[in-house]
Amino acid sequence: MTTPLLEHPRATGRPAERTHAPAARAGAAPATDRFAARTALVAEVAAHFADEVDRDARPPREAIAAMREHGLLAAAVPAAAGGEGASLAELSGIATTLGRACAATGMVFAMHQGQVMALWRHGGDSKGVTAMIDAVLDGALVASSTTERGIGGDARRSSCAIEPDAAGRIRLRKEAPVISYATEADAVFVTARRSVDAAASDQRLVICLPSGTTLTQTSTWDTLGLRGTCSNGWTLDAETDEDRVLRDDYATISARTVLPVSHVLWASVWLGIAADAADRARAAVRKQARATVGTTPPGALRLAELLVDLQALADSVRHAAARFDAIADDDAVLDSSAYALSANALKIGASERVADLVTTAMRIVGIAGFAATGPLSVARHLRDAHGAAVMVSNDRLLQNDAALALMSGAIL
Amino acid sequence: MDQDPTTPATPVALAAPTTEQAVRRALADHGRLTVDAMDVASIADLYALGLTSHATVNVMLAVENDLDVEFPDAVLNRSTFATVESITAAAELAS
Repeated sequence: MTTPLLEHPRATGRPAERTHAPAARAGAAPATDRFAARTALVAEVAAHFADEVDRDARPPREAIAAMREHGLLAAAVPAAAGGEGASLAELSGIATTLGRACAATGMVFAMHQGQVMALWRHGGDSKGVTAMIDAVLDGALVASSTTERGIGGDARRSSCAIEPDAAGRIRLRKEAPVISYATEADAVFVTARRSVDAAASDQRLVICLPSGTTLTQTSTWDTLGLRGTCSNGWTLDAETDEDRVLRDDYATISARTVLPVSHVLWASVWLGIAADAADRARAAVRKQARATVGTTPPGALRLAELLVDLQALADSVRHAAARFDAIADDDAVLDSSAYALSANALKIGASERVADLVTTAMRIVGIAGFAATGPLSVARHLRDAHGAAVMVSNDRLLQNDAALALMSGAIL
Repeated sequence: MDQDPTTPATPVALAAPTTEQAVRRALADHGRLTVDAMDVASIADLYALGLTSHATVNVMLAVENDLDVEFPDAVLNRSTFATVESITAAAELAS
C-alpha cells in the first residue's frame, strides 16, 4: 500500500482561536493557567473518543483537530516567532491532562513537541526551517522517523543517508520500523547520515513534507496498548531541499532537546494515565464508604498508599520539567553525562511506576476495574501503561546509562 | 439515578428528603457538633461548632448516599463545608 502524507483541507492563515489565545505576558495570571481552559476542551474531545480510538487502533483524529484548533500544537513556538512560548513545565501540565483523557492523544502531543522544539533550538534560520516554524504556528502536526530497520532501536545511528539528486535537491529513503501517526502528520522529521560517506552516528535531522514524500506501509500497529498512536512500519521515500536540514548535528539536537523534552513529556502522559486510574480507584472506595459511613473501608488504606506513589511520580515529573526550563540554554549542563542520566532516569522510573500504579488501582477497584469496559474499568489504562517501558526500551536506555554511570552520579 | 444495590432500602418517610434536611441529618449523625444540627442557623460557622476535617468526610459521604449524588472534586474544599447553606448549595450543584 502506498500512501502519500495527508494534505489537510483546512483554512489557510492563523487559526481563529489565536484571537482568544492570550499573548505571552509577564506577571499576569500564573503561567500554568493560560492553557488550562483550552486543554480542558481538548481533553473533553479526547476522552469522548478514547475507547473507540483504542478499540479500532485508529488515530485520535478528533483530538488532533482540537489540539490544532485550540493552539496546543503551536503552544511552544517562541514569542519571537509569534507564538506563546510555552515552557516545558507548561507542556508537561498539558500532556498530563491529555494523558488522563486519552493516552494516545497525550503521546501524539508529546512526540510532536519533542520534534518541533528542535526547529527553533537547532534549526538555524534557513528558509526551509523558518517556513516550517510558521507551519507549526499555524497548527502543523509533526511526526518523526528516528529508528531504522537493521539498526535496532538506537535512534543515534542511521544507515540511510542524505544524497544529492540531479535536480539540485536531496533525497533519502528509510526503512522505518515505526512512524507514529504518520498518516495524520503535516511533516515527518527524519534522521539520516549526513552523506553517503558519513559514519552511522554522523546524523542530521531532515524535514520531509507531504508533497515530496511517499510512504509505503510495511507493517501494522496492532498492539496491547497505546493503540491510537498508530505506529505502523513504513518505507519512507523523500525528496526535499538542503535548506530543510536542521543546522545542528543530531547528536546535539538529541542531547539538548529531543531526548530530555521527550522523556519529560512522555512521563507526563504516563502520570496522566496513572492519575485517571487513581481517580477511578477513589470513586470505587468512596462508593464503598457511602455504604458504611463512619467506618473507613479497607480499600481506603490501599488508596492512601497509591496516592503516596502517585505524588512521588508527579513530583519527579514536574521537577524534571522545571529543571529543563532552568537550564534550557546552558549547553554545558545539557551536554553533561549527569544530565543525560537524569533524563533517562525519569523515563525508566516513570515507565516502571505507571504500570505498578495502574495495577494497584485495578486491585483497589476490584471486579469493576478488571472489567474491560465501564466507568470504573482501568483495562485501557493498564494496557497503555505497559507501552511505557517498551516504546523506547528501558533496557536499551540502561545499556546507554551503564557506560555513563562509570563517569557520573545522580544530580542531587 | 439507580439506587446503589449495596445500600439498605431507604424508609418511605425519608424517601425524598429536601437537600437541606439531608445535610442537617448528615451533620447530626456524623458532624459531632456541639449543637443540634437540626436547629443550627444555616449560616453558622460549623467549624466553630465542632466540625473537623475528618468529620466532613463522613458528612460528605452521608449526604452523597442520602441524595444519591456525588460532590465534584472542584467543590471539595474547606469552605464548602463551613455552613449548612454552603453544603446544601454544593449538594444541589452535584445533583
